[in-house]
Amino acid sequence: MASFHKTKGLTDAIFHYCPGCTHGIVHRLVAESMEELGILGKTVGIAPVGCAVMAYDYFNCDMIEAPHGRAPAVATGAKRANPDNIVFTYQGDGDLAAIGTAETVHAATRGENITIIFINNAIYGMTGGQMAPTTLPGQITQTTPYGRDVTRAGYPIRMCEMLSTLDGVAYAERVTVTDVPNVRNAKKAIKKAFQTQIDKKGFSIVEVLSSCPTNWGLEPVEALKWLKENMIPYYPLGCYQDRTEKGVF
Amino acid sequence: MGQKFLMKGNEAIAEAAIRNGCIHFFGYPITPQTEVSAYMSKVLPKIGGTFLQAESEIAAINMVLGASSCGVRAMTSSSSPGISLKSEGVSYIAGSDLPCVILNVMRGGPGLGGIQPSQSDYWQATKALGHGDFQLLVFAPATVQEIVNLMGTAFDLAEKYRMPALILADGMLGQMMEPVEFPEKKTELPARPWATTGTKEKRKPNIINSLYLKPDELERTVVERFERYDVIKENEVRVEEYLTEDAEYIVVAYGATARVVRSAVESARAQGIKAGLIRPITLWPFPEKTIANAAKRVKSMLTVEMSMGQMVEDVRLAVNGMCGVSFFGRTGGIVPTPAEVLHEICKLAGGAE
Repeated sequence: MASFHKTKGLTDAIFHYCPGCTHGIVHRLVAESMEELGILGKTVGIAPVGCAVMAYDYFNCDMIEAPHGRAPAVATGAKRANPDNIVFTYQGDGDLAAIGTAETVHAATRGENITIIFINNAIYGMTGGQMAPTTLPGQITQTTPYGRDVTRAGYPIRMCEMLSTLDGVAYAERVTVTDVPNVRNAKKAIKKAFQTQIDKKGFSIVEVLSSCPTNWGLEPVEALKWLKENMIPYYPLGCYQDRTEKGVF
Repeated sequence: MGQKFLMKGNEAIAEAAIRNGCIHFFGYPITPQTEVSAYMSKVLPKIGGTFLQAESEIAAINMVLGASSCGVRAMTSSSSPGISLKSEGVSYIAGSDLPCVILNVMRGGPGLGGIQPSQSDYWQATKALGHGDFQLLVFAPATVQEIVNLMGTAFDLAEKYRMPALILADGMLGQMMEPVEFPEKKTELPARPWATTGTKEKRKPNIINSLYLKPDELERTVVERFERYDVIKENEVRVEEYLTEDAEYIVVAYGATARVVRSAVESARAQGIKAGLIRPITLWPFPEKTIANAAKRVKSMLTVEMSMGQMVEDVRLAVNGMCGVSFFGRTGGIVPTPAEVLHEICKLAGGAE
C-alpha cells in the first residue's frame, strides 16, 4: 500500500505561511514535480520578494533570492550560464505583474527556456494587504479601502492571456488549488511546465489562483469559496498556450 | 602579449573581458559605450558565450546576478544614467557576496545630461552605488592599455574578495583609439564552490541571498564584509606618482583628466615650478596614505576633475589639514585644457605664469 510521505523536494524547514494560505500546497506540488522528474540535483530556483521570499529555505535545490520583480532576469542569467540546469522562478502577483512586468514579458518573448510558477492571490500579502495588479474591481484592500475603483486604479491584468500572445511562450496555463481535483490539475500543469523546459521547448508559466485568508479577512474555507466565486470568473482556468509539441523556435 | 592592435577604448574593454574568461555579457544600449555591446555581440556567439541585449539596465544587471550566482564570469556595461538604473542590482550583488565587473563610461549629468566625457559619478561609484553599507572595487584607468590591464585585475579581485568591481572610465577613454597589447586568453578560472550549479544530490543546496531578518545576523554579515574591506584597503591600493619626489605642488587627478594634468605638470616644471602628479588608479580603496605622506612635504595640493569637485573631498580627508587643497574642474562634458591646469598650478606657486 502506498504511504503518504514528505517529498524529497522540500527541506525540513517549517513554513512561515499563514494558516489556510495555499502557498504550502503549491510548494509541495513544485517540489513533488521536481522529485518525480528527477531534476532536484540540477535545478536552480529563484525566490521572489513577497510572501515567498524565504522559498530558498524550503525547496531542496540550489536557490537564488532575486530583487523584487527581477526573478525572470536572474533566471535568464542562470539559464544562460548553465543551459543544462533547470531554472524556475516562484513569484507573486505584485512581483511578476507590477514591478517585474518588463522582466516577465521579455523573458517570455525571448522564449527563455525557464519555468515560472506564478501565485495570483489578488493582493500584496507580505506588506499587509495592499492592492495588487490582479486585485479585482471593487475588491477592498488596504490601499483601496472603498473597493478598487477602476476609474482611478485601472483594471486588473490577466497575465496568462497577455503572455499567450507572445511567440516565445511554449506553455501557459491557469490553475487553482481550491479542492482535490484542482490540486491534481495544478500538479499536472506544473509538471508539464517543467517537462517543457527539460525538452527545451521554450518559456513556460503556470498561474495558480491562490487564497490569502489573512489579508482578505476571511476564514480559510470562506477564502477558497471567495476565490471560486470571484476570482475564477475574472481569471478563467485553462490552458492559454500550448506549443509544447513543436517548441517555440 | 606581443602583437599590437589599434583599438577604440570600448572595443578593447570588450576584448580584454573575453580574454579574461568573461563570455557572458548582458547589456543595454547607451552612448558613449555602445561599442562594448556591439563587439560582444560579434564575438561571443561564435565562441559559445552569451551576448544578451536586455530589456533594461535593471534586467541586465540582474542577469549578471543570475549568471554570477551560477559560477561564470559575467559583466555588464553602461554609462551614467544607465548605471543609476543598475544600482538596485549592484546592492543585491554586494549583499549576496557575488563577484562581477561593471563598466561605467561616464557622461555628463545629472538627469539625461549630455554624452560628452565626465567624471561626475565619482561619488556614486565610491560612496553609494545602491542602498546599504557596502563598497565596490573601483578602478580608474587613464589609457586604453590600462583599461585592458585592469580588466583582469578587476575580475580576479572581484572573485578573491567576492564583491562587484567597477571600472570607471569616461567618454574620452571609451571613444579614443590607442595601440594596445592583450594578455593571453585565460583558460582556468578559480573554483566557485558556493555557486548555484545544482546539488547533483551530493551536497546541501547552495543559497545566494541578501536577506537577513534578524538584526544581529545582518549586522554580523555586514561587519564581516567590512573586515574584508579592511584587508583590501591594506593590500589593493593602486596609485601612480609622477615627479612627486621633490614636488612642492602636487596635483591629484584620475582617468583621462590625469593625462591633461601630466602635460600641465611638465609645462610647470619647464617654467621652474616643482609640480607633481598623484594619480589614483583605485578610487576605492583610495590611496589615502600616499596622499597623506605627500601632504607632509608639499606646499599645497590641487585636485582637478571633470566635475564640480567630488574626489577633492577624499583628498581633503586624506590631507587632514596638513596642507591646503584647492580645486579646479570643468563639467557638463568639457575636458579641462593643459593651459587651464597650468594656470591653476601657477596660481598656487605665487601667481606668475
